[in-house]
Amino acid sequence: MPDLSQFQHQQAAHCETGAAAGLFRAHGLDLSEAMVFGLASGLTYAYLPFVKINGLPLMAYRMPPRMILKMLSWRIKGLKIRFKTFKNEADGQAFLDQKLAEGELVGCQTSVFFLPYFPKEMRFHFNAHNLLVFGQETVDGESQYHISDPVFSHTVTTDAASLSEARFAKGALAPNGRLYYFESVPESIDYDTLIPKAIRFTGKANGKRNITPISGVGGMKLVAKRIEKLEKDSKRYRQLFLGHIVRMQEEIGTGGAGFRYMYAAFLQEAAEKLQRPELNEWAEAFVATGDEWREFALLCARISKGRGNHTLKEAADFLRRIADQELVLYNQMAKFK
Amino acid sequence: MKIDEVPQQADDIYEGETKVVYAVGRDGKLATASTQGWEAEIEALKDAVDEIEQQAREAWQRARNGDTSPLEYHMLHQRLDVPMLAQAMGKFQWQIRRHFKPNVFNHLSDKRLQQYAKVMGLSVEALKRLPDTLETGEPQP
Repeated sequence: MPDLSQFQHQQAAHCETGAAAGLFRAHGLDLSEAMVFGLASGLTYAYLPFVKINGLPLMAYRMPPRMILKMLSWRIKGLKIRFKTFKNEADGQAFLDQKLAEGELVGCQTSVFFLPYFPKEMRFHFNAHNLLVFGQETVDGESQYHISDPVFSHTVTTDAASLSEARFAKGALAPNGRLYYFESVPESIDYDTLIPKAIRFTGKANGKRNITPISGVGGMKLVAKRIEKLEKDSKRYRQLFLGHIVRMQEEIGTGGAGFRYMYAAFLQEAAEKLQRPELNEWAEAFVATGDEWREFALLCARISKGRGNHTLKEAADFLRRIADQELVLYNQMAKFK
Repeated sequence: MKIDEVPQQADDIYEGETKVVYAVGRDGKLATASTQGWEAEIEALKDAVDEIEQQAREAWQRARNGDTSPLEYHMLHQRLDVPMLAQAMGKFQWQIRRHFKPNVFNHLSDKRLQQYAKVMGLSVEALKRLPDTLETGEPQP
């Protein structure tokens, strides 16, 4: 059982890693968000042309939703995460209330669109936002939930109806009221075996040993090819597509460059834990590719707005260059012992 | 990215909220830093919002002329598209598109209308009605 009287809200760069780190913190294990991300091998790239968001293909810079939590529960010995979904809203809310009454810290999968505390313009139908509920109270006969949303700088409160709507939103990745909590937590984590394993996995999943053409470095090259082909599309689609790349890369939920920096933070922490200085070099290299990703986003934005004399070919080649840089890193990481 | 290079381009769309990014501190260590926003990102977000509002405006105009049902306008106003709505309704996309025909929409059963209303977070009356003036601004979840 977590000690919620000691629970401290901490703003994180990403919702799922932030939620996981929050759960660990509440259970007395001090794991940073970056460490969670690295141990779960969260870093990747995927281009999914068959999954459309408002008519545009999905590009992801990390493992699919829930994968980080699942990975942690598979990898860390003694960690048990209970996931639960519900057929109807009443059951879902009753169960949440019961767990909160028992003093549990509960993670929920929600749709951003229904969360009233989100800035209006950021409320899109994205169904895999993670947040932690740490309390419930009744004010003037209305049930209010205290929420530690990892991507906010402060804790928030939400009425029961909104939270329920957010938890039972329909559509792609529908949460079905999914909630999760830690059932048992180990006293310590065996970093010496886990870190190398996680690093190798990330290297293999993204580098030359990855056989799927749409993920890892191959996915980046596919997108580069697609950017070149934009020449043939209408001007409107071209603008939307390039803007979409920027959004997929920088917004909450996917955060491309951000994940490179976060992974670098993990590598630095790992270098210290394992006393392996070469990890620091890789961290620096990831910071460098993170910078390039940002540069790439700016380039896409400029082309989309018609500023400067940049060509689509330039953007495609830029992306290929990033892919090549990351490939070298991943191939080294795949051999890390 | 160095910590003092973290962009701080505040914009109204964030309503004063900040985000966290990882950046390199003076000691060469990565640490979290707070950011108010980045211009490239803000522009992309605004474009996406504009695009869907533009579509909603067009749908409103067509609904006004009787070329489509209020359903299409409400769908776009709630920031949904046909694949998302189809998935939420458990229908095929062609079925949703068929309901855009005013004639078909006007004969939908109460049960179907209720299902639409629930999925979109509207009341049945609101769903059936096209607003007199074009609402720009907050979608009503």
